[in-house]
Amino acid sequence: MTTQMTDATHEALGLSVDDLLSMHRLMLLARLIDEAALRQNRMGRAPFVVPVSGHEGCQIGTAWPMRRGTDVWVPYYRDLGVVLVAGMTPEEVFLGVFSKAADPSSGGRQMPNHWSSRRLSILSHSSPIATQVPHAAGVAYAMKYRGEDGVVACWFGEGATSEGDWHEGLNFAAIHRLPVVFVCENNEYAISVHQDKQMAVKDVASRAVGYGMPGVVVEGSDVLGCYRAMKDAHDRARAGDGPTLIECKTYRYLPHTSDDDDKSYRSRAEVEQHRHRDPIDRFVAYLIARGLTDHDRIQAVHDELKAEVDAAITWAWDAADPDPASVGRHVFAEDDA
Amino acid sequence: MSEKTLVSAISDALHDEMASDDRVILLGEDVGARGGVFKVSDGFLDEFGEGRVIDTPLAESGIVGVAIGMALRGLRPVAEIEFADFIHPAFDQILSEAARMRYRTNGDWGCPMVIRAPCGGGIHGALYHSQSIEAFYAHIPGLKVVMPSTPSDAAGMLRSAIRDPDPVLFLEHKKCYRLIKGDVADEPFTVPIGPADVKREGRDLTVVTYGYDLHRCLEAADRLSEDEGVEVEIVDARSLAPLDTDTILASVRKTSRAMVVYEDNRTYGAGAEIVATIAEEAMFDLDAPIVRVGGPDIPAMPYAATLEHAFMEPEPDQLFVRMLELARF
Repeated sequence: MTTQMTDATHEALGLSVDDLLSMHRLMLLARLIDEAALRQNRMGRAPFVVPVSGHEGCQIGTAWPMRRGTDVWVPYYRDLGVVLVAGMTPEEVFLGVFSKAADPSSGGRQMPNHWSSRRLSILSHSSPIATQVPHAAGVAYAMKYRGEDGVVACWFGEGATSEGDWHEGLNFAAIHRLPVVFVCENNEYAISVHQDKQMAVKDVASRAVGYGMPGVVVEGSDVLGCYRAMKDAHDRARAGDGPTLIECKTYRYLPHTSDDDDKSYRSRAEVEQHRHRDPIDRFVAYLIARGLTDHDRIQAVHDELKAEVDAAITWAWDAADPDPASVGRHVFAEDDA
Repeated sequence: MSEKTLVSAISDALHDEMASDDRVILLGEDVGARGGVFKVSDGFLDEFGEGRVIDTPLAESGIVGVAIGMALRGLRPVAEIEFADFIHPAFDQILSEAARMRYRTNGDWGCPMVIRAPCGGGIHGALYHSQSIEAFYAHIPGLKVVMPSTPSDAAGMLRSAIRDPDPVLFLEHKKCYRLIKGDVADEPFTVPIGPADVKREGRDLTVVTYGYDLHRCLEAADRLSEDEGVEVEIVDARSLAPLDTDTILASVRKTSRAMVVYEDNRTYGAGAEIVATIAEEAMFDLDAPIVRVGGPDIPAMPYAATLEHAFMEPEPDQLFVRMLELARF
């Protein structure tokens, strides 16, 4: 079963005005952090960053139904918006960008954007693609085994769906009807390789039928549509009805990473065309059309968040670097841990 | 104290750990209704139920990957790889995920899990049911790799592995499964992961070995004692990562002669690491060149009895000759 999602209204979804304004705030925060991190890279202060711009709608929308403290987050490296919803702060993000000792994800051991926090129930992931998918199934199995109420959500790009681990993770989750939601952020490109060379099907979600789970396609720039798809899947998972595969059709405006040159594989016109369907602009238009905010208040939020990001950068830049003497620690559990 | 085969000692220890700790669950191919192809989990499905004895899809990377997720959420999974030869699709999950989880999170997350894998040849298993895989995995920091070869060691080390806060690859030599019998204490004792064990004391020569070769070396050593009066000290490496260099070096310094015997392909095998350690640390204690005895550098163990036998050489009588040569050097 593959469902096409269409426009949703917040009233029908049970979202309050506070919810909406908070969602907008985090979408904008993700965008501003992203742009600032790339500037830090171009200034020579960060060797490597991973852009998110364009994905904010599907990330905030699919992360929003998740419950902090109860559910488990299994993101991939582009999921800045997801981890902001999970509770990571701009200060913590920039501790990672600058690979500082206090970076919550890895203490500066992994590249930036390789998210992790045991405190926030964010699983650690690596750079090999889709390896986190069976982990998500395993966490969900443990939750079901213990009768916990938790739901696991696992995010990845469409390139990940070519990997064997992706198949093995979805298959196991479906067999055991595990409380897990698989979210594909399909931005058409796995670095430079277009979806056409990645798969013969139009929709990743159509593969769900092969696992015996529902597949849902949703427009990634529609944050409320993404929210609705995730809320339904989250409810199904909690009800014991098993996993769901959600595919968000999205687009990244910037190169794959700060080391990528996307002009080698896609035209500026194509990128520009997608910018006209920007998830933040679209959501602002929705909010203003319903009288929930206005341009002045949007600008004020922007200025406030910009100042917050700037302060986070200044603070994180001055934080301590990892101690070289610590390079051999945590290979195995330490007795004093 | 009860006499058990290696495989029954493993089965009993796994059973006891599952009975005493409901975080311990078993997953793998054919571990449920079939009770495992070597019958390690025979009857477990009826006793512990489907929730704790999981017949998985035929997908090794998924087995290990799912077990990692379980471990991250507080369970103590024991993942069975049906034959060690089939573990390679899971190499990335073991190398990039399980073994690096603690390091890459700066100690925030740990991955307490056991991967059991029957390995080794001499059972007409041909290229894909005979492999030695320990060298690939002993090279990985963050992963513990053990191969106990007596029933008592297997029982005690399996309990330690299940209770360990980090991932352990637990290798079981198939040739030893039913061939090797020994006394096993009835109480739930543990044998720590790390220390080697001097299985036979001697003054003239040190042999460092593990796996099925341990037993062939012990046989050769007993004959040397009877026929030639040469006393060989046999060190069972049993924990390849971490490797107990202290015990190995102490023995070599005592006897001044060292031989390393292993079934795996000779080149870059675990024996190479042991030899290198002896050469680095005990060169001036030696009275003879170190002898390294390993399997041939051919892709894998062939099926035909004559070819398999050729791979599994040296037999104890050949080991007898090599040991005597070294003792008299």
